[in-house]
Amino acid sequence: MEEKDVIIIGGGPAGLAAAVELYHKGIKNILVIERENTLGGILRQCIHDGFGLNRFKTTLSGPEYAQRFIDEVEKDNISYMTNTTVLSVGQDKVVTTVGRRGLKTYRAKAVVLAMGCRERTRGALGIPGERPTGVFTAGVAQAYMNLQNTMVGRNIIILGSGDIGMIMARRFTLEGATVKAVFEIQPYPSGLPRNIQQCLNDYGIPLYLSKTVTDIHGNSRLTGITVSDVDKHLNPIPGTEQDLDCDTLILSVGLIPENELSLEAGVELDSRTKGAIVDEYYQTSVDGIFAAGNVLHVHDLVDFVSMEAEKLADSVADYLHNQSLPKATISILPDTNINHTVPQKISGKNSFMLSLRVSKPLQDCVINICQNDKILKTKKITKAIPAQMIQIPIQKEILSDTGSLEVRVTC
Amino acid sequence: MERFDALIIGGGVVGSATAREMARNKLKIGVLEKNLDICYETSGRNSGVVHAGFAYDVGSLKAKLCVEGNNEFGKIAEELDVPFKRTGKVLVGNSDEELRSLQNIIQQGEKNGVKGLTIIDKKKLHEIVPAVQGEFALLSPSSGITDPFQYTIALAENAAKNGVKYYFDHEVTSIHKNPDKTYTVMTTHGEFRTRWIINSAGLGCGKISEMMGISGYRIIGSKGDYIILDKRTGPLLPLPVYPVPSNTYMGIHVTPTTDGNVIVGPDAEAVTDFSYYGVPQKNMDYLAKSASNLWPCIRKADYIRNYSGILPKWVDDNGVIQDFKIEANIDLAPRTINLIGIESPGLTAALPIARHVIKLMSQQETFKPNEDFCPRRKSFVRFAQQSIEVKKALIAENPDYGEIVCRCEKITKAEILNAIHNPLGVNTMTGIKYRTRSMMGRCQGGYCQMRIAKMIEEELGIDTKDVLYARQGSNLFAGKIRNI
Repeated sequence: MEEKDVIIIGGGPAGLAAAVELYHKGIKNILVIERENTLGGILRQCIHDGFGLNRFKTTLSGPEYAQRFIDEVEKDNISYMTNTTVLSVGQDKVVTTVGRRGLKTYRAKAVVLAMGCRERTRGALGIPGERPTGVFTAGVAQAYMNLQNTMVGRNIIILGSGDIGMIMARRFTLEGATVKAVFEIQPYPSGLPRNIQQCLNDYGIPLYLSKTVTDIHGNSRLTGITVSDVDKHLNPIPGTEQDLDCDTLILSVGLIPENELSLEAGVELDSRTKGAIVDEYYQTSVDGIFAAGNVLHVHDLVDFVSMEAEKLADSVADYLHNQSLPKATISILPDTNINHTVPQKISGKNSFMLSLRVSKPLQDCVINICQNDKILKTKKITKAIPAQMIQIPIQKEILSDTGSLEVRVTC
Repeated sequence: MERFDALIIGGGVVGSATAREMARNKLKIGVLEKNLDICYETSGRNSGVVHAGFAYDVGSLKAKLCVEGNNEFGKIAEELDVPFKRTGKVLVGNSDEELRSLQNIIQQGEKNGVKGLTIIDKKKLHEIVPAVQGEFALLSPSSGITDPFQYTIALAENAAKNGVKYYFDHEVTSIHKNPDKTYTVMTTHGEFRTRWIINSAGLGCGKISEMMGISGYRIIGSKGDYIILDKRTGPLLPLPVYPVPSNTYMGIHVTPTTDGNVIVGPDAEAVTDFSYYGVPQKNMDYLAKSASNLWPCIRKADYIRNYSGILPKWVDDNGVIQDFKIEANIDLAPRTINLIGIESPGLTAALPIARHVIKLMSQQETFKPNEDFCPRRKSFVRFAQQSIEVKKALIAENPDYGEIVCRCEKITKAEILNAIHNPLGVNTMTGIKYRTRSMMGRCQGGYCQMRIAKMIEEELGIDTKDVLYARQGSNLFAGKIRNI
């Protein structure tokens, strides 16, 4: 069995950033495993620009952003395998892979989970109606268009105002298709404001809030859908049904961290993020298994994915150096205005970045980070939406060794 | 015009079982299927349960053929290389009245020849299925589960291997009697001449019966909706769990699949449109609520898909559901076998039904045995189910086994290629799906559909815009964006 210091599962933005940073920290016996035939992950199909403003202070397309890391990997000769799927990861950090050259088993001192996320499907949402073709998730439609030169439809309606859905609205329009409307079940958009402006408003594509798809028509190809208004509990209101013709329905209704391998390795998941429960070292409940990027929690910008993975690499380096990391005994407890935080627990011995998302749009609020009934840190927010990740740096000097960290919002 | 000894109309599980059994004789046999593959209708849209036979009236064909089918299912599954688990099943009750119902079912079942039916107490019930809610249950040890797609496909492939010709996209439009004791069968894609006709058209049995000259059968559809749950739920359900049935309806149940998912359903709604398979929201909500009383493990987060199926039921003038009707009506339609109202337990009873059909034919004509008939059929090797050693050997021999195409179900390129070049010549996406389980996992093809569509294009030389999902008109794509 081949021995590795670190095995990184996934050659997308998180995996690549972790690999490059680990190498710079002097950890060179690493292996990146990627199931596609090239590195880059989901960025390969994101041909629009807007990536890199935070990480590189310039705007790049997805492939360009990925290439910056791939170039580093190539320059440093960091070893990676493409066309290789990880079949299993054990609690003992034994990793089994499969590829055209066969089954292989490795033992790693540390494993980095960087598998990214997948899209919520029609079946998972339980959208009623018939099951014609022409219903695609936004990312799949994007892959068809940008990687396979394939047009999925001409007369399009989009359900969900997630960022990929809005980016696809623009992409479809540019390729001559008609995008009739975007419907969002929530009373607020779920994607970033810049995408609403640049992908919908600029092209005259209407966005309707508090509406959802309640029926799907067509027994071969999609012929149309029914949309209905929803009440404040998001339940469709009878009598508000409206039938619309279309040959394609694009779903941009959320992303789910891809944690099947993590579960098999015994990693404990957070029911809110659907990712691993981690401490400020990005270490999961299994000693020596770390996670960062969209496999940990869905990010709004790839820049934050890279930066998170780079921080993870620093702690993996510490872990390899000291053979263990301080135990995280301090829980982070958000109130109901906060959907989740990452990390979910800390040791109290380090400065760290607290990432969080609000559970509903908030205005003119204050986020207080408290410990033992003392306010450690305050962040004023004039406007917060669930689409945006909020990051608050916490310095170790203000932390105490005991007592849960509470995240309280007052409006 | 192609001439046949026998044409079977409808390639579902009964039609394909009949084709396979008939191929034991020296006959030229054809199957006319209106869809682009088998399993598009009732045979592929059900619970996948191999029934024991206790639920049917004593002396009925349903009872007799079901018990016979159940008894031999283990042997048949081995012969045709299809998944089958004799899991047993429980009918869970709470009240004294339900206990009496279950005792009556046991009596009926024993008269039908079903073995081992017993009432078990709460403690025993919870030993078998810890998660279930109920005071007692009827345990039927001979019940089981199979994969209805693989079973139907195996029967059809074995029939084809033994010389039966399958015609897809051939919907029968009319049937004419010729003076020379043959029939001309007109279809949407050409004419055929045949000496025998077998009507195994399922939902279309009434229509075909009329075309053959036998009128008067009233067929209603009973539509049932289902929800499929993630494989995470499989370990919580070792065997099918049913409520105590009413006279006409088995009730909403939860059933494990041979692949480790759980299916919830079906409800039962009388329908006249036999082509509408939509699942309404209220039905989904009702299924989840109703089944949760039995087995409180149904969470929306585990939904991966929903589907529905329609059973063809033959009813009398009062709407009372009748037994299977399998007739040779020599006066109205000589040399035809008419199969009417083949609903549940048609999957379990398919081969006994087929033998019954051939027995009726043999009463009119003596057939020569086909010495070359081979009853065995082997499926391709399924990578995910193999040991590490076998996996290594498979890849060494064929590197395509090292390429995972479907990440959820761990289906390899070798398996997809095998399915694309299937013996029946089916070239739709669902054809690949039913044969391999790709696109059936939790991401619902998000990862592999694109790869499979491309493989179909490349392997079969089909244009992007012409790739079909399931039916005619179910084109997946508008075409290429640009010519490059």
